[in-house]
Formats: sequence, structure tokens, C-alpha cells
Amino acid sequence: MKPCNNETMKQMKKDIILAGVGGQGILSIAATIGTAAVNSNLFLKQSEVHGMSQRGGDVQSHLRLSSKKISSDLIPNSKADIIISVEPMEALRYLPMLSPDGWVVTNIKAFDNIANYPDIAKVLDEINSLPRHIALDAHQIAKDIGSLRSANIVVLGAATPFLDLDYSILENALKSIFGNKGEKVVQANLDALKAGKEFAEKNLH
Amino acid sequence: MQKLLLLGDEAIAQGAIDAGLSGIYAYPGTPSTEITEYVQRSREAKDKNIRSEWSANEKTAMESAIGMSYAGKRAMVCMKHVGLNVAADGFINSAITGANGGLIVVAADDPSMHSSQNEQDSRFYGKFAMIPILEPSSQQEAYDMVRYAFEYSEKMKTPVLFRITTRLAHSRAGVERMKSIEQNLVKLPENLKQYILLPALARKQYKVLLNNQEKFIKESENSNFNNYYDNENEKLGIITCGLAYNYLAENFEDHKIPYPVLSIRQYPAPTKLVEKIYDDCDELLILEEGAPVIEELLKGLLNKGKPIKGRFDGTIPRDGELNPKIVADSLGITYHEYGDIPEIVTGRPPSFCPGCSHIDSYKALNEALLDYSKGRVFADIGCYTLGALEPYNAINSCVDMGASITMAIGAADAGLVPAVAVIGDSTFTHSGMTGLLDAINNKSPITVLILDNSTTGMTGGQKSSALGKIEQICIGLGVEKEHMHILKPLKKYHEENVSVMKSELKYNGVSVIIPRRECVQTLNKRMRQKLKVKEVES
Repeated sequence: MKPCNNETMKQMKKDIILAGVGGQGILSIAATIGTAAVNSNLFLKQSEVHGMSQRGGDVQSHLRLSSKKISSDLIPNSKADIIISVEPMEALRYLPMLSPDGWVVTNIKAFDNIANYPDIAKVLDEINSLPRHIALDAHQIAKDIGSLRSANIVVLGAATPFLDLDYSILENALKSIFGNKGEKVVQANLDALKAGKEFAEKNLH
Repeated sequence: MQKLLLLGDEAIAQGAIDAGLSGIYAYPGTPSTEITEYVQRSREAKDKNIRSEWSANEKTAMESAIGMSYAGKRAMVCMKHVGLNVAADGFINSAITGANGGLIVVAADDPSMHSSQNEQDSRFYGKFAMIPILEPSSQQEAYDMVRYAFEYSEKMKTPVLFRITTRLAHSRAGVERMKSIEQNLVKLPENLKQYILLPALARKQYKVLLNNQEKFIKESENSNFNNYYDNENEKLGIITCGLAYNYLAENFEDHKIPYPVLSIRQYPAPTKLVEKIYDDCDELLILEEGAPVIEELLKGLLNKGKPIKGRFDGTIPRDGELNPKIVADSLGITYHEYGDIPEIVTGRPPSFCPGCSHIDSYKALNEALLDYSKGRVFADIGCYTLGALEPYNAINSCVDMGASITMAIGAADAGLVPAVAVIGDSTFTHSGMTGLLDAINNKSPITVLILDNSTTGMTGGQKSSALGKIEQICIGLGVEKEHMHILKPLKKYHEENVSVMKSELKYNGVSVIIPRRECVQTLNKRMRQKLKVKEVES
């Protein structure tokens, strides 16, 4: 978290909206990026949702990384560089936060815990109509590689091409965050990160 | 010194641990909960023997902290904004007794009501009690201010109100620590009558408080936490309170604001600095997170001076949390808009977790009440308030901690019989017990459901003061044994549970029904920990 006096250090600034439903693991994504940012000597602010909404409601986190000091805990409307969402409808909810040249990286598996969830095909049409997006079935990918509980980290992996953070620093962040849960969990998450990254690279045109 | 990535709440906790804290007292409440949780988890706090167990409610917490301060040690008491209503008796009078060991009262406000029933601004309480208020603008400042607040409290022998809001409480940033200092030893007040608020003595103590007011203002004027930025364009002067400054700075390249700015983070308001910005500028814009406290002071009743813009004249919305966009709008700065939320997106309100015991309790209650007209279920504050939503529509009120039982008493007195109260286990010991005593003394025809999930659920599963004690409390208060039932809220017992509820609804007196099943969240957490222990062992 040191200020970047080092002139060889490149200037960077990433404003990221993390979206999902309470309990889907967006705070693990936030913690991973946050740890990686700190280890990259960047400034960081990360606003989270605790309390009532965590009970199955829509939740978001504002994650701001910068080589310069950050002022606001909240990202201004239409200034976010990326929306990373573990649920497709939730990705759309935060579009007003996205910069006109920003990216949306989202899971396409619906989390249907409400009576009036819209037609999923129409939700995906909306996502596919966005000019810059990566849409992936993170649950299927997680299942295919045997990391069923790491769908959130698959989505994070798919966002890595846009984060401007060293991939190895992100890997190390996963190791330190999941380290106390044992070697298996760490490896599952590393695999998930890689699978997501590979999907994004294949689908970037 | 070491840098940590901390929530605002955690920065306050670490700041207190490093500043010689001896005890923290609290009842869980969003967005304040993580302060006490951090101290409970901290190895350092354990090594230093800092006391950190949950209290039964905010009032008992407040009073315990006053007691620790009386004995000369540094104490902190934490609560959400509405918790300060519960603690208000002790809080207001602690301003009259004054402090001995440093005493900090943290009130975490929730503008926009993310997890609350109202958005009251605790700065009113500080002003009401006539004590200093600190309002940090960043996580680092929150950390630093705690030490300052303890020193200030001891120097001026006054409790200090520490006001934060949700955004700071629940946002992380890097925090640099200071060298840790030792705790105070036990040292009683020099005047052993300082805390006796008998009228004759209270009048003397009150004069001390009144005489301190000038000193508090002077301290604010010289404080490092109140800054004046003498920028060039004096057409507009801007006063920001707490973290509102950040939203202002966000809107200018490299945070260079063209207008003079007074950034206030310590109260009472620094009179001389306010006078300077008023005199120097043509008009003022006031940016406050919460209520228009400073704005109202400046405008006064008649508003005959220079134009003051803010929440009263609509420059800033009258309610809700600030953000960079609202501040930009108030300055005429426009953003390139991306567009609206697509119409297809629907709301996703919070809901019961799958498998939650409250689901079964409400299904049974709804069925038991089919024979009666609607509108007779008085609920309380907790996860079970979600019973208000579709498809349950099971409750008719949620007002304050404990109001279920007491509102049922009043409604039954008015003729709404039977009336039903629904309250959680932790809320029951927080503020429900005294109401139940009233009901028994009043012989009220009410049925009280104490939904016992054996935890404080909504705030994340903190230990409930009620654990293992509910039946004894009820019997002790005078509930008749034959009208107290413990149920297992599970689908397979549905018919049985409905029939117990039906028969108690007919009873012309106080009945207590306790549907008891552990919260699925705490159950899962326990199971995961068990699994982990097994893995380590194998």
C-alpha cells in the first residue's frame, strides 16, 4: 500500500464493480484482487455490502485500484472500467456504473431465487448485445475441471485480461486467501482461475 | 510500521487496541458489528486481556463502558445509530458525569437505510449531550482519531462521540499503524462524588459541562481534523463533513478543487473557520452525509444571510446517502452517461435462506390464523422481519427492538384479540423481557412466538445472550407452564405446530410458543469447521 514514488512503476487506475447475489462469493473475488493490488504496491479502496442484503439479495462491491491516492470509496456513475458478475441479471443491474468503453465479464448461469426472474434467454440477449463482454458458463467450467465450488474464481479468471495485474500475483493472492482451507482448495481455485482466463483469451476478438 | 488492509470498522478496532483499550462493549448492529468482532478475533487483544464479549443490549453496553471509564481504564462502546436510542439514558448522563478513563461511544449511522428502520444522524445526539464528536473521512483517519479521542476524553474528562456511516464502516483501505501503548491502571476519579447525579451534585456537574463548551469549540478550531483550503474561486465556498470531502475531491482532476473548502471532521463546529468561509465567499454549499446539521445551524430560523445551498433547498436530495454523482450534480458537473438499467432487470430483495426455520414457523402461524381477520401480528427486528415479504405476508409491524410484545399488549387492550407477537431469541433478551413482564402483569390475551434460532442471525451469527435461558426467563417472569410450548419448526411437524398455535390463540391470557431450530448459516459454519478439524486430524 505504499504510494508509488517509483517512476518506473506504470500509472494505472482500475475501477471495478463486482456483482452477484448474497452468498455467491463476490467477497472472495474482492479479497483476491485486493490482496493482489496491495502486493503490487497499489492504492486500494473496496466498498462491500454487509447486513440485511446479504440474505439472498443483490449485492455489489466497488473495488478501486490506482497508482495514485484514491478519494471516494464509491466509483462515480459511468466511470467503472469493468463489471465482473457471477450472475447474468446482476451484471445488467450495474450498467449505469459502466464507462462507455468498459467491459462486462459475467457468468451466464442464473441464480433464480425470486418469483419473477425474467426469461433467461432475454437476459442473455441483453448481455450479448453489449459491445464489450465476456459471457461464460462458470458453473459448467468449474464442474468440468472438478472445482465445483469455485465458479466465482472462474469468473475472476475470465476478467484477468482486463485487470492490469500480474497473473502470478493473482495466483499468490489465491494461495494466501485459501491457504488455511488446505492444499486441495487452493489447487481447485488455481485451476478455476486458469480455466476462466483461457476461456476469455479464446473468446477475445 | 506495519500496513493493514482494513474495513473502517476494523480500523477503529485496531486503533483502539493500539491505543490502550481495556474493554469494548456492544450489541451487534449493522454497520457497527465488525468493530467488536475484530477485537474478539484479535490475538493481540487476547494477549492484552481486552474484554470484548457481547452485551445484552446497547444500554447495558453503554453503562458497562461508563463503569470501566469510572475505574480509570479506556473503554469503547459500539452500536448502530438506532442502538444509541436504546443507550440514550446512559449516554446523555455520561456527559454530565464526565469521564475518567477515556470513553469513546461509536455510533454507526446508516444513511439510505441499507439495513435499518431509519436514517437518523447521530450528530444530533452529540449536540444534544453537548460533547465533542469526531467523524473520520477515511479508514486511516478512523484509526488515528481513536487515539486522539481517548486522549481528548481523558484531558477534558468527557465522553467523545465517534460518528461513522455505512460507507466508511464497510469499505477497506490500507491503514498504517502507530506504536501500541499500554493500558491504564485502575485509578478512581479524584472526586468520588463525580458520578452521583443527585440533583444538588448534578447541577454542579452540569455547570462543568456548560463551561467546557467554549473549550470544545477552541479545540475544534485548532484541530488537525478540521482543515481550511484557501482556494481561489470565492464565488462559492464548500463545507464538507466527514467523508463528503472525498466525493467532492473525486470530481476534480488530481483532486484540485477550485473553491475554498472547509472540511469538518471534529465538532462542535469550528466557529472561526466557518465564519471565514462565510465572509470570504459569495455563497455556500454544504455537503453532509446524513441530516443537514451544519446547514441548519448556518441558515438559522430566518435564513436572511448569504445563500446556503444543500439538502434544504434541493441542491442535494433531502434524504439518502451521498455519492460522487450527487455532488457532481450539485456543482453542475455532468458525466457521460452509459444509459439506464435494462427494463428486463427485476428487483431482488433479501429473502430467507433455504432451509431457514422461520419459513416453517411462519407457514404454521399463517395457517393457525386463518380463522381470524388479518392484521394482528406484531413482529420485531431480525431476519424474521423478512416474513413481511412475499409469499408469506405474515407480519404487520416492525418498529423497534422489543416492540412486538408491547405493541401486542396495546392492540389487545384496544380490543384486537387475540394479538400475536413474533420476536427472535436475541431480540427477546435485548428488549423483550420487560415487555413480557408487562403482559403477564396485565393478563394480556396475547400469544408470543419467540423464534429461537440460537443466534443473532441478521448481523452474521453472533452469540445470543438468550442461549439456553429462554424457558427459565419466561417461567421466572410468570408465564404459566401449561401455556408455554417448545416446537420444532420442521415440515414434518407442521400439523402439530399449527394445532398448538390454534389452541393458544384461543387462550385468554399470555401464551409463549418457542419454535426452536438452529440458524442454517451458523449450522453450516459449525459443520465446515468440524470438517476442517477432521481433515487436519486425518
